[in-house]
Amino acid sequence: MTTTPHQDAPTREGGEPGDPREVVLSLSGIHKRFGAVQALTDVRLEVAAGEVVALVGDNGAGKSTLVKVIAGVYQPDSGDIELAGRRVKVGGPRQAQDLGIATVFQDLALCDNLDVVANLFLGQERVKGGAIDEVAMEVEAWRLLRSLSAKIPSVRIPIAALSGGQRQTVAIARSLVGKPKVVMLDEPTAALGVAQTAEVLNLVERLRDNGLGVILISHNMADVQAVADRIVVLRLGRNEAEFYTDEVTTTDLVAAITGASDNVVASRAARGKEQAHG
Amino acid sequence: MAESTVVKTSADQLDERLIANASDPLGILRAFWARLRGGDLGSLPVVFGLVVISIVFYVKEPVFLSSRNLVTITQFAAPVGIIALGIVLVLLLGEIDLSVGSVSGASAAVMAVQIVNSGRPVIVGIVAGMLVGVVVGLVYAFLYTKLGVPSFVFSLAGLLAFQGVLLYVLGSDGTINLPSDSWLLDFARFKFLTGTASYVLVVLIGLAFLASRLLSQRSRTKAELSAPSTVSILVKAGLLTGGLAYLTYYLNIGRGWSYLWLFFAALVVAMDFALRRTRWGRHVFAVGGNEEAARRSGIKVTRIYLSVFVGCSTLAAVGGILGAAQLTSVSQATGTTDTNLTAIAAAVIGGTSLFGGRGSAYSAMLGILVLVSISSGLNLIGVDSSVRFMVTGGVLLLAVAIDSVSRRARSSSGRG
Ligand SMILES: Nc1ncnc2c1ncn2[C@@H]1O[C@H](COP(=O)(O)OP(=O)(O)OP(=O)(O)O)[C@@H](O)[C@H]1O
Ligand SMILES: [Mg+2]
Repeated sequence: MTTTPHQDAPTREGGEPGDPREVVLSLSGIHKRFGAVQALTDVRLEVAAGEVVALVGDNGAGKSTLVKVIAGVYQPDSGDIELAGRRVKVGGPRQAQDLGIATVFQDLALCDNLDVVANLFLGQERVKGGAIDEVAMEVEAWRLLRSLSAKIPSVRIPIAALSGGQRQTVAIARSLVGKPKVVMLDEPTAALGVAQTAEVLNLVERLRDNGLGVILISHNMADVQAVADRIVVLRLGRNEAEFYTDEVTTTDLVAAITGASDNVVASRAARGKEQAHG
Repeated sequence: MAESTVVKTSADQLDERLIANASDPLGILRAFWARLRGGDLGSLPVVFGLVVISIVFYVKEPVFLSSRNLVTITQFAAPVGIIALGIVLVLLLGEIDLSVGSVSGASAAVMAVQIVNSGRPVIVGIVAGMLVGVVVGLVYAFLYTKLGVPSFVFSLAGLLAFQGVLLYVLGSDGTINLPSDSWLLDFARFKFLTGTASYVLVVLIGLAFLASRLLSQRSRTKAELSAPSTVSILVKAGLLTGGLAYLTYYLNIGRGWSYLWLFFAALVVAMDFALRRTRWGRHVFAVGGNEEAARRSGIKVTRIYLSVFVGCSTLAAVGGILGAAQLTSVSQATGTTDTNLTAIAAAVIGGTSLFGGRGSAYSAMLGILVLVSISSGLNLIGVDSSVRFMVTGGVLLLAVAIDSVSRRARSSSGRG
């Protein structure tokens, strides 16, 4: 198949009747520069309520930078961020939280010296009578972790004692504390086992069914195609292409990501075919 | 906190890999041993050190463990202990304040000038002295959070500058004697809790401990989480009350608990609560552990630094004021000699890590007890202060070495 990727936001004929999805998060004209590196150039992105948008692109394409701009960790040099149609300024992570934006960062951002419960509720501790309500937090922690099939022996051990995948599960569970409207997951399944990956994909679908907007970053095309409604491709800090998942093939995706149809992935595939035939 | 002994398996005890499981007392011991080997030493080395110190000095000079001497040790440990409590705060953030001694001296001098030279009421002098601490902390926080000056540098500058302030405030007099009839001196020197009142306090502490543990047990059981058994709580409360009662009995042979020590102990308990059970304390540990993660969690990191630097300098001021009251005067040497390093050493010896994110309020109390005991013991067996400095230096080095080694053990056994 050789359909050219839509260069602009795809408009779907007919759409889904009776489903005027309201846009929860919309970015336009985002520029971000680090010293000599122009990490993001005129980037735009829209997420509707109950929609999973996958953000894909090569290493260094600017995906994490975009996520951090939305999460208030970085300030964009220019550009607009709109939340539910209202222009907002995400001045810092605290504001992002208050606006209902939850993020799982690629580098996780957990405190090694604190236990699992403390990390899950960091910045959003439950308080009863002036003191931290450990019991309520622990109960909620078990509920969240069970819902992700987390294999964590105890929530009272420090994060440093967990494996990479267990930490990732904690980071994902963290994003569910509070009542977010938009959840951003930056390579959430990179370190996860088979069952946990499936569980995270289930979670993404559950979040979508609950009417949240989800932004999923992943290098795994199978995962992306399994859960995303729309796929946004970034390349060298620019919007490269945008697809509806059910209208795109892996080949097209890879071509858009690498920026060429004669890319290294395609040539490997071709070589494999030749060897099989010859 | 040892979560142990449950009847049915609670929500948090399901994983079969948990070692300290169910109602197996051996399991608790085993988990404890594993924790030690993993480098999670807590205050164990310093308690062990206190025991060794007591035995060694007792053998050399039995007066060391006399009621009289213990009363003196606790009374004189309190002011520097309060300063060490502030140091615990900055160490938890992985920062340092080298100027606490000078700040304590300058605050004491400001207080003395207000009371003696300007003839103001004692309370005005105290507030003025404490304000010095607050202002110093505000300046430090500004330097750190806005200008990015390392705490080592600005507190070193403060060490010199506030020694200068001390000399300047004292002026030509050199020494200011505090009025001997003021309640402050009375409080710091002659007030002791003894007799029935002291036992009432012990019982109240025991009951408070029991009540808080039982309440926590009840709410955990209600939430279907594992909870310590009533027996273990009763045993702990009994041991605590019994131990305190015996100490009280022993100190009452002498003059009893000094108000100064009780004040210090109350500060330690309050700080421990603030650090372990309030959002502020949780955020202090978070910033000390991983500042970037704390910031991304929406914690206002700047405010944490502000509160900690102000808290440290203010506690230094309080310690300086009480120390001056205890010695009845402020002189050019107040807070300058070894106050600084004693306070910092006490916090580290007590088990608060120099690397941030690990420690407890009680380390100030335990550490200062070790240091004051050593100096009292060496005095009793009649060694020179030269030896005292060397021994104190050695103990500090030992404490830092233990801290560093246990940090390495933690990172190799995965306890951060
Ligand atoms: N803090 C920073 N300082 C300087 N340059 C940065 C910083 N963060 C990112 N960059 C640069 O911005 C570009 C985009 O980086 P980003 O982390 O967003 O990539 P990414 O798409 O998430 O890649 P990956 O798939 O490897 O996670 C890179 O060229 C990187 O070097
Ligand atoms: Mg990235």
